[in-house]
Amino acid sequence: MSFIEYGDTIKDGDTAIVFLGHESMFPVKVQHGSVTQTKYGVIRHSTDLIGKKYGSKVTCSKGGWVFILHPTPELWTVNLPHRTQILYSTDISIITMMLELKPGSIVCESGTGSGSLSHALIRTVAPTGHLYTVEFHQQRAEKAREEFREHGVEHLVTVTNQDVCKNGFGVCSIADAVFLDIPSPWEAIGHAKAALKVEGGRICSFSPCIEQVQRTCLAMEEHGFTEINTLEILLRVYNVRTISLQIPDLGKASGDNSNIGFDSSNPTNQGSPCANPQQGTVQFKSGVPLREMVGHTGYLTFATKS
Amino acid sequence: RKIIFEKQWFYLDNAIGHIYGTTFEVTSGGNLQLKQETEETATETKEAGTDNRNIVDDGKSQKLTHDDIKALKDKGIKGQEIVQQLIENSTTFRDKTEFSQDKYIKKKKKKYEAVITIVRPSTRILSTMYYAREPGKINHLRYDTLAQMLTLGNIHAGNKMIVMETCAGLVLGAVMERMGGYGSIIQMYPGGGPVRAATSCFGFPKTFFDNLHEFPLSKVDSLLSGTFSTESLPSETEDNALVEEESNGSIDEKQPSVQETEEESTTEPAMERNQIEEPEAMDMNAEDTGFKEKQGKENNENVREKQRKQQERRKKLVEAAALLREKNADGLIVASKFHPTPLLLSLLEFVAPSRPFVVYCQYKEPLLECYTKLRERGGVINLKLSETWLRSYQVLPDRSHPKLTMSGGGGYLLSGITVVSGKSNSDSSSLEELKTEEPSSKKRKVQDLHC
Repeated sequence: MSFIEYGDTIKDGDTAIVFLGHESMFPVKVQHGSVTQTKYGVIRHSTDLIGKKYGSKVTCSKGGWVFILHPTPELWTVNLPHRTQILYSTDISIITMMLELKPGSIVCESGTGSGSLSHALIRTVAPTGHLYTVEFHQQRAEKAREEFREHGVEHLVTVTNQDVCKNGFGVCSIADAVFLDIPSPWEAIGHAKAALKVEGGRICSFSPCIEQVQRTCLAMEEHGFTEINTLEILLRVYNVRTISLQIPDLGKASGDNSNIGFDSSNPTNQGSPCANPQQGTVQFKSGVPLREMVGHTGYLTFATKS
Repeated sequence: RKIIFEKQWFYLDNAIGHIYGTTFEVTSGGNLQLKQETEETATETKEAGTDNRNIVDDGKSQKLTHDDIKALKDKGIKGQEIVQQLIENSTTFRDKTEFSQDKYIKKKKKKYEAVITIVRPSTRILSTMYYAREPGKINHLRYDTLAQMLTLGNIHAGNKMIVMETCAGLVLGAVMERMGGYGSIIQMYPGGGPVRAATSCFGFPKTFFDNLHEFPLSKVDSLLSGTFSTESLPSETEDNALVEEESNGSIDEKQPSVQETEEESTTEPAMERNQIEEPEAMDMNAEDTGFKEKQGKENNENVREKQRKQQERRKKLVEAAALLREKNADGLIVASKFHPTPLLLSLLEFVAPSRPFVVYCQYKEPLLECYTKLRERGGVINLKLSETWLRSYQVLPDRSHPKLTMSGGGGYLLSGITVVSGKSNSDSSSLEELKTEEPSSKKRKVQDLHC
């Protein structure tokens, strides 16, 4: 397996995702002799994992079972250990498309953070592209390097521990795209421009606050970027539910036995505490929005180097 | 060749040789000329007002008439000059606020300055373009929704993808771009052949098409049930009719390639419409290259050529069928005008376990049903029904605000991950059983509580 190439069977050293149920999963490093605790019991790597097909169901010691999934950057994003606030797949998707990334692209990124976007970028530019990622926090930079190694993608990424605003990305005129997720992106625009290829390079800056965005747009304009465009993207998730609504009792006109108007084709009581057994209910399928949804992650500003 | 676009017309000849991203001005003769870098000098302190309380919009503030402006244009005066003239002849201009003046100038510039920039095509550009200009052709798939599909589907180099779309080939092109020519794609198509009008706009190198296969939906059931044969290809009945017609008379026959450009775009499915309109029917198969036929005794050669092409098509079909039969695709992307449920239920059979799939639908309700049917079928987890909400912003000093909201117009996605489908009591030793199991779309499975 690897994050950039699918494999069929679980091998020693793989990072696999243990799926327990709705919204419940975690990553696991597969190792001979290792044991993983789950709420359904114990998983013994040597017997239960190694050699099994990805996507298999694994029964745990207490009798319950889980699915073992092949890792993908998307699964990694929702399961990785956070060292910083991360970018989620919704933002990552639009960033990837707007930066026109594809196999062979050279991308620069700062800050590396917890590596959520990094993994997605590496996956997209593989096998012939490269990611140059800059992180000013020494431990985070080292942790990132370690993870990339573990996930078998270290040949596609270079982690540099420096301040991008002072020292740039470490490369010159070769990047197809630059991504900035730092507190003061306007200070790095000049370095971004230097790292980008002569013409047609794309840049993206992610900032939670509109004031940051304003300064960044100004800086982009001053540096001669064109097609400056700011947007935000939000995800709305729906739960598929079968809903039963009660039909109200509007009484009966005297002498009239028919149900006027509303036709209840499903006169079943769905466990409603209503005292009147005569009440009908109507069932239908609905996509119900979640009670709370993400309202804001950050503003994405894109531009082209001309 | 004359290009007509939004009331502008010009020739692209002068553009050849310049690098992408170059900006040109359209001269009065329709020729392109490199745009000079003009400094936006704001040296004269512009006279401006504070608010619009005294500005009356009576449509009379511009002293130049339509004819005046036309005369200026005919004289060949540059757009910039025209805008300047408009400003000077506007009685209310200097009463406007600075912001309002900026807006006015921007608007006039857009109208009178014919400036175009030539850019390299990409998914970004083509998907935004299609959504803005021809949304009907792509089932109103908004570009951010497409972006989600590509990422959720983990589309990357080396995959073996199954794509089923009726979006003029835009989705196919996007998938191809993200795969960079590595891996393989099997495009499922309805009717006589796949539509790839948009795909050709990406400008992919020929090698990208080496591992692009296609397979007719009409043969899917037979493939799944094991009764697949290459008899009666969807396009073959048309071929046979053609052969008959040709041997009867001398017809000047052309077989155009299906790779139409934007300018000549036809509605889909192009092949069906052509059949009705033109009796000397074109066989719109993507494999065909263009070739011209002379009349008379070359009809025989034509018949032979037809048969050769049929052989080749059959060969390709068998290849695609073999690829599908392996049931080890790395993912499935569906974005079509058809109801998604039957497509998913059958096409998922060709996908390996622990692989993502994404279905797009313009409407939510069919995906509700799809979700339910998938739960019944089993073999899928992490089902998610979602839509994205996109908002554009204007960011200017002291004038930052959201520009326009495009919620609800972008369509919906249902995504999930396949898993090994087996009996609920399967333990680790029944791996063999899982491998040789023939998953049947008709088998009802009770989905477990966990997923």
